[in-house]
Amino acid sequence: MKALSFALRSFGRELRSGEVIVLLSAVALAVAALTAVGFLTDRIGRAVARQANEVLAADLRLRSPDPLPLEWRAAAADYGLQTAETQSFPSVVFAGELNALSTIIGIGDGYPLRGAVRIADDLFGEERVAEGIPEPGSVWADSSLLAKLNIEVGDSISVGEAELRVAAVLTYRPDQSIGFASLAPSLLLNLRDMPATALINEGSRVQYALLVAGEQADVDEFFLAVEDDLPDSVRTLNQEDSSERATNASSRAQRFLSLTAVISLLLSAVAIAMSARRYAHRRMDAVALMKSLGASQRFVLQAASIQLVILGLLGVLIGSIIGYLVEYAVTGMLADLFASALPEPGFTPVLLGTGSALILLVGFALPSLLQLRNTPPLRVLRHDAMPPPPSRLLVAGTSLLAVTALLYQAIGDAQMLVIVLGGMLAVSASLYVAGRGLVALLGRSRGGVGIAWRYGLANVARRGRDSAVQVVAFGLGLTVLLLLTFVRTDLLEGWRQTLDEDAPNHFLINIQPHERESLAGIIRADGLEVPQFVPLIRGRMTTINGEDVKTRKYPVEDGEWMANREANLTWLEQLSSSNEIVAGEWWPEGYDGDPLVSVEEDAAMELGVGLGDRLVFLIAGQEIDLTISSIRRVNWDSFQPNFFMVISPGALDNFPSTYVASMRITESQDDLLIRLVRAHPTVSVIDLDAILRQVKGIIDKASLAVQAVFVFTLAAGIAVLFAAVQSTIDERRFESAILRALGVRRRTVLSGVLTEFAALGFASGLLAAAGASILASVIAVQLFELEYAFNPMLWVAGLAGGVLLVCLSGFVAARGAINAPPTDVLRAA
Amino acid sequence: MTSLSVPEDAVLTAENVTKQVSSPEGTLTILSDVSFSIGKGESVAIVGASGAGKSTLLALLAGLDLPTSGRILLNGTDLTALDEDGRAALRAANVGFVFQSFHLVPSLNALENVMLPLELGGNATPRKTALDILQKVGLGERVRHYPSQLSGGEMQRVAIARAFATGPAVLFADEPTGNLDSRTGDHIMNLMFELNRSSSTTLLLVTHDKALARRCDREISLDAGRLVSDRKAAA
Repeated sequence: MKALSFALRSFGRELRSGEVIVLLSAVALAVAALTAVGFLTDRIGRAVARQANEVLAADLRLRSPDPLPLEWRAAAADYGLQTAETQSFPSVVFAGELNALSTIIGIGDGYPLRGAVRIADDLFGEERVAEGIPEPGSVWADSSLLAKLNIEVGDSISVGEAELRVAAVLTYRPDQSIGFASLAPSLLLNLRDMPATALINEGSRVQYALLVAGEQADVDEFFLAVEDDLPDSVRTLNQEDSSERATNASSRAQRFLSLTAVISLLLSAVAIAMSARRYAHRRMDAVALMKSLGASQRFVLQAASIQLVILGLLGVLIGSIIGYLVEYAVTGMLADLFASALPEPGFTPVLLGTGSALILLVGFALPSLLQLRNTPPLRVLRHDAMPPPPSRLLVAGTSLLAVTALLYQAIGDAQMLVIVLGGMLAVSASLYVAGRGLVALLGRSRGGVGIAWRYGLANVARRGRDSAVQVVAFGLGLTVLLLLTFVRTDLLEGWRQTLDEDAPNHFLINIQPHERESLAGIIRADGLEVPQFVPLIRGRMTTINGEDVKTRKYPVEDGEWMANREANLTWLEQLSSSNEIVAGEWWPEGYDGDPLVSVEEDAAMELGVGLGDRLVFLIAGQEIDLTISSIRRVNWDSFQPNFFMVISPGALDNFPSTYVASMRITESQDDLLIRLVRAHPTVSVIDLDAILRQVKGIIDKASLAVQAVFVFTLAAGIAVLFAAVQSTIDERRFESAILRALGVRRRTVLSGVLTEFAALGFASGLLAAAGASILASVIAVQLFELEYAFNPMLWVAGLAGGVLLVCLSGFVAARGAINAPPTDVLRAA
Repeated sequence: MTSLSVPEDAVLTAENVTKQVSSPEGTLTILSDVSFSIGKGESVAIVGASGAGKSTLLALLAGLDLPTSGRILLNGTDLTALDEDGRAALRAANVGFVFQSFHLVPSLNALENVMLPLELGGNATPRKTALDILQKVGLGERVRHYPSQLSGGEMQRVAIARAFATGPAVLFADEPTGNLDSRTGDHIMNLMFELNRSSSTTLLLVTHDKALARRCDREISLDAGRLVSDRKAAA
């Protein structure tokens, strides 16, 4: 009780005097980073888990580009199963003069068989579970679609040739893609209205789906019965696969975010260790006094432990609140990326934060506090009497144990843990070496210049180890921020630059052969060049050199996907300008021999095929045997219609085809688009600019969210700096007093201190800019196959940001020492 | 060895106390074979030049440190036979301290500082006892003030109140006026001697101040770690 009341009383006072602020901030920061990420991943994770079970809106989903035979429905009914049908495809819809690309989904009675559709009666109105499906003549539309078309519930919307009324706002459907909304907003309509739209005809890109649900055993039995009769074009999706995919994707994201939080956590740990050392040191006098007054070691230990626990709990409280607020802001920013409202945050992240804070404190602060217990009471008379330093083994052991425990919690996989731990140790060691190197260089450059400069740089060099730790901690936070702010825009800009100024920005798809003439007429009338109409025929590969594509072995995993996918095929007389032959030869003009095929080089590599190999495709029930006559390199960024497989002229004459075209339409020519689609409602226009904007919007928002997590890393870097400055504050106060007593002006002392921080900031900025550049070029080259252009702004921002941030925080941390009157300091010493 | 008078009611006895420390230059002898005994209620000044071993002797007598050889008896208990916690418990029951730099706990107010040893020693009414003694040293109005809000003289009065609060058998004072101006120093010493007399506490004082030393019943002089004189003040 005595120890408790003493601990409580003195803690309250220490808190008010600011003595424990840095230690407390470091704990709160660590907890905030963890709980923010924890809340976020907890909510997303639970949303994914909730959706995973209903993501198919059925127990089994058969999907096909061709209409599904009616017998299957009947067969399913025979097994006592429920069924429902959907048909979906992208199409541009209109309201007055406005238009927007939308995913049209025709749904039949019974949809959805699992989960529920949720709608609202007006924009941002209260959500409710929908009963049944839209009445014929009406649709349910995504709020973003309504916003784009500037209409409300009750207004009408043109879908193809049909005029339909918007009956409700669609807020959720179980089979919207997992977790994140798909690019084009959805429009649900009753299947009975589909014929009136006239959007589905020969060659349309429609996905037909048959949804089946019932007792698991019946579903399995039904599937076994029809499995062998299913054409290759039919994809079957069952719940197990889908929920596994969803869960995997979300747990990968969670791990990534948790790891980023761990970086902040480890930096906070450095700050905790530093400020705990300082805290313990500051308390030594009080402990020695307590002991001289008769306090036992147990009392000292109890009081210190109680204070540590109070500190931990307070840190958890503050950190959790910050974490919750940050998470709240992040999910607010990301709200429209999620398919549905996220479940309310749970309490688990707070428990996690609490546990981690305690681990951090025990691992990084306890050794210093244990040392307190051994403070000799003699210290009341002789200030140089110190307790023996904590054993290195204890310090290294507890901190390594704490780091391992925290990492394991974030990663949850022993093998991965070893890799990450090893990686982290290696990166920290090399960063530390780089930091030491920079600090040593700074130290050497102090000769000759003014006293402030020399004093500042001498300080950096003298506290070599601590300086290096500060440079690394700060540099790490800065690296990540630079990476996220600059590299993201650099990469997008780099990609945009590879695009031609005149690159097409609109795709016209689903053009029927007879529509080419009329479309060309409209375009020509506007004085624009008529684009090339490229035929598009869909087929599926069955054999390669006589070998079944399903059983064949491929050099890379993607080969299997490439072989089994529904392929878009075309035929061309002339090699398109964005293509280049790398092997074999393009067919001569007027060629009408055996059917040949030209294969894109990556596809050829993935399939493991070369010149002379034979590919058989099944197109609309007929087989066609093709010989590879050339391999092409394709510039996919050209935004021309491009194909993995191009077939020689004449070979595809007997197959039904639609046409695609790409063209550049500037904003001022938008009305051309409207006239085109009005005249040919079944032609779909895809606006690449809009999609690019949307993609950029998503990237911006997602990186903003990640940045929010990384701001903690920078804040932890600042905490390390504060802790480091604080640990030297007595020394600084004394030095400043002596210098001023010797006649050095306060301003000069201040410039000396600022020189020191500027040097540290410069070194951090250098490390950060170098780190960000290296990472950026690796990301650009390895991930995006772009050339990374050196960006001088990144270095300017890194160095300026480093110097400014460190100077500012260092000044705030050290100003007390500089301003203390020298007489007071020297008398007290 | 200097002859010394050993009062029958000895509160504090040093027997052949030697203290050596190791340094880069080899073993340093700070105190060499010091013996004396101090009786109940006596006031004793330990004097000597800087480095003579005064503070070391004080630390050993109070059990803050252990001698290399020899014995120290505090109220009949051999300090050198106790472990650190045992010595702390003995201090809690028998010893009070007044230091040159006051050594108040900055996070506690005046009242709490005085209550500290009372609570450590298990006093049943620490608050009342502390308030009484603060009243006695003239700080009844300032009990809620923190050390940073008090003047040097006031801080030392809090320290004296804290030292006398437990009714210790021995009060150790290390240069108690060293950080005070002479007027305040006089006031403080008057207060100490008054409390010393009224509570018949033994007072052991380390000081440079010859005038102050003369106010004590007895003066023990050290030189280079040896006891060179031990004399009673002229009545």
